[in-house]
Amino acid sequence: MDTRIRLARAADGVLPPLLAILATLVLFAGFLAAAGADPFQAYGLIWLGGFGTWFSWQNTLTRAAPLLLTALCMALPAQLGLVIIGAEGAFVLGGLAAVAAGLPLAAAGVPPLLVDLAMAVAGILVGGGLIAGCGALRHWRGVNETISSLLIAYISIAVMNQLVEGPLRDPTSLNRPATPTLPDAIMLGNIPGTSIHVGLIAGLVFCVLAWILIFRTTLGFAARIVGGNARAGRVAGLPVGRLILIVTFLGGAAAGLAGMIEVAAVQGAASADLAAGYGYTGILVAFLARQNPLAIIPVSVLIGGIDAADGLLQQRLGLSDATIPVLRGLLFLILLASESLRGRLLLPIPRLRILPGAPRAAKPGVDPTGIGPA
Amino acid sequence: MSIGQGIGRRRVLQGAAAGLAGAAIGTGAARAAGKLTVGFIYVGSETDYGYNQAHAEGAKAVRAMPGVSVVQQAKVPETVAVANTMGSMINLDGATLLFPTSFGYFDPYVLKAAKANKKVTFMHCGGLWKAGEPTNAHSYFGYIDEAVYVSGIVAGHMTKTKKFGFIAAKPIPQVLRNINAFTLAAQSVDPSITTQVIFTGDWFMPVREAEATNSLADQGVDVITCHVDSPKVVMETAEKRGLFTCGYHTNQAVLAPKGYLTGAEWNWPHVYPDFVTAIMAGKTLPNMIRGGFKDGFVRNSAYNAIVPDAARKQADAVRAKFTAGDVVIFKGPLKDNKGKIVIPAGTTMGERDVALESMNYLVAGVSGSTS
Repeated sequence: MDTRIRLARAADGVLPPLLAILATLVLFAGFLAAAGADPFQAYGLIWLGGFGTWFSWQNTLTRAAPLLLTALCMALPAQLGLVIIGAEGAFVLGGLAAVAAGLPLAAAGVPPLLVDLAMAVAGILVGGGLIAGCGALRHWRGVNETISSLLIAYISIAVMNQLVEGPLRDPTSLNRPATPTLPDAIMLGNIPGTSIHVGLIAGLVFCVLAWILIFRTTLGFAARIVGGNARAGRVAGLPVGRLILIVTFLGGAAAGLAGMIEVAAVQGAASADLAAGYGYTGILVAFLARQNPLAIIPVSVLIGGIDAADGLLQQRLGLSDATIPVLRGLLFLILLASESLRGRLLLPIPRLRILPGAPRAAKPGVDPTGIGPA
Repeated sequence: MSIGQGIGRRRVLQGAAAGLAGAAIGTGAARAAGKLTVGFIYVGSETDYGYNQAHAEGAKAVRAMPGVSVVQQAKVPETVAVANTMGSMINLDGATLLFPTSFGYFDPYVLKAAKANKKVTFMHCGGLWKAGEPTNAHSYFGYIDEAVYVSGIVAGHMTKTKKFGFIAAKPIPQVLRNINAFTLAAQSVDPSITTQVIFTGDWFMPVREAEATNSLADQGVDVITCHVDSPKVVMETAEKRGLFTCGYHTNQAVLAPKGYLTGAEWNWPHVYPDFVTAIMAGKTLPNMIRGGFKDGFVRNSAYNAIVPDAARKQADAVRAKFTAGDVVIFKGPLKDNKGKIVIPAGTTMGERDVALESMNYLVAGVSGSTS
């Protein structure tokens, strides 16, 4: 393809979100000023808290790690045109299933590596199964997948609480019901020399794999066809039901794995604290990344950095804890609104039809065939 | 990954940050020069009229001390977020004394941070420290059931329907202990008083708490109290329904001026400056710290003008006895609400009795189930 076209297309993809971020910063500066803070000082602190030091980077990346995976739970099914917002449920039950699988295996003396593997499989199966269930309901029973996945998230949290306070409860966890704690040997470590757990690597690998799957394989191509027009896909002989099952399973599997990593690398046990909102933040990340698995990486880091900066804004400027949620909300709204700019920016986008040498499109009202109406 | 590129990149970033922010932002160490920087971390909003506000009021008292600067952060979940917040306070703000005030912060986050930062003192609220855990980690808690007991006495005098409503988060020992103390106190005024408990399932469930309050009002309850993180909704709803209320965590009188009788409050504005003074003087605090009325850990809200003298007198007398250390809430014979003897006759369980820490029953007169 012509370099100019490539450039123009890339600009059309990248400019709207950049403009949106800029607009957000300007609006948010107004908000900060209204809240009595110096916007420049506040932005300095956001930079310092999110990205300004090595500590800030580690803080940012540990927050970004689970988002990489929970965002995939939305971004993968989105290729099929499905809006799945149930990552929180897959995350929570994936984490719980991982603990439930890991505890007896560890007690039976299975080597730690195998236990971790079994835990990952448990998280993937439960998370994937849950979201595939939403996909199946959509395909075979016509249940709106957005509603069903949202509700399944609430149900999952309730089920997790019930199990953690009942059959899976560690009897010594008196005032904070939790499952027994995984033995230290099972716990996943940090990336050497950092305080970032290995979940970050898993998240990065999965985002890249998901991108390859969607944009470089037949399955991904078929999924995107169905996403563009399900009926056309069916007419073309694509197995729509199977595609929905596979892709929703993969999305749920990513969130379930994130849950497994959360218990195996951070929390050490399953408790109500698993439902900390990583799944819901993943929705925000996926939307901002325009459902592109590779774009999820920088967006997760951006959101992680904004969250990491929350502390300094509260600590140094005495701003309310609602400040960062306001910034996130503004960013989300303006980015979604900026979608309408796509293709309408005054960019010199050459159309394929008017490539040099190609015949110009006919003027309206002129019959290009010269035959005239029958 | 760009983070792997080391110092050069970091310096550039720092420079950029400094350039952006100008002289307004120093590094934490410079900012805290010659001062003790104390960090407070809350799981919810510091204006929640509840658990977190009680701690924030303690932080305010610390901030007023000379030679101390306070940094705080609210709405920090019990996840790796709290590890990062503690790290940020230590590394970026130069804090050497931290108050991570939520129960679930302790294991594993405070324990890990205490191991990694030996020179930082951690004061965790929850009462969880065990021998063998890092000695720079401390955990404290208050016997707030004493203050709840005093509230129960006042409520026992005021009730006409003899039915109390108690809205609680989860059936865990701390909560059950408060429900039982409230009921036993009221029964010491009038043995026919009963308590209806509704568990909402979680610590912050405003909608469910409002529903529960309304449903209790419909059942003829005339005194409502609660054990949730933010009693705001319960107090406001009960006031609208014309009920008496007893507060919890902090003073909620402004939310329910007509019906708010009194409340059981944490007295952190008294406790925290004491902790900080001791630490600044180089003293080593015990790793496990507990206290009730006697140690000034808990208190009651001022009585509403409608509380009659008889009630005030009895409540004051009971509080004086707690302060003197000669009243026991849980003593045999005590039956649970299924008729089983849970404390045999002749046995008394004082506030420090560890058996009370695993309480799993509701006393006779309470309707509700622990599971």
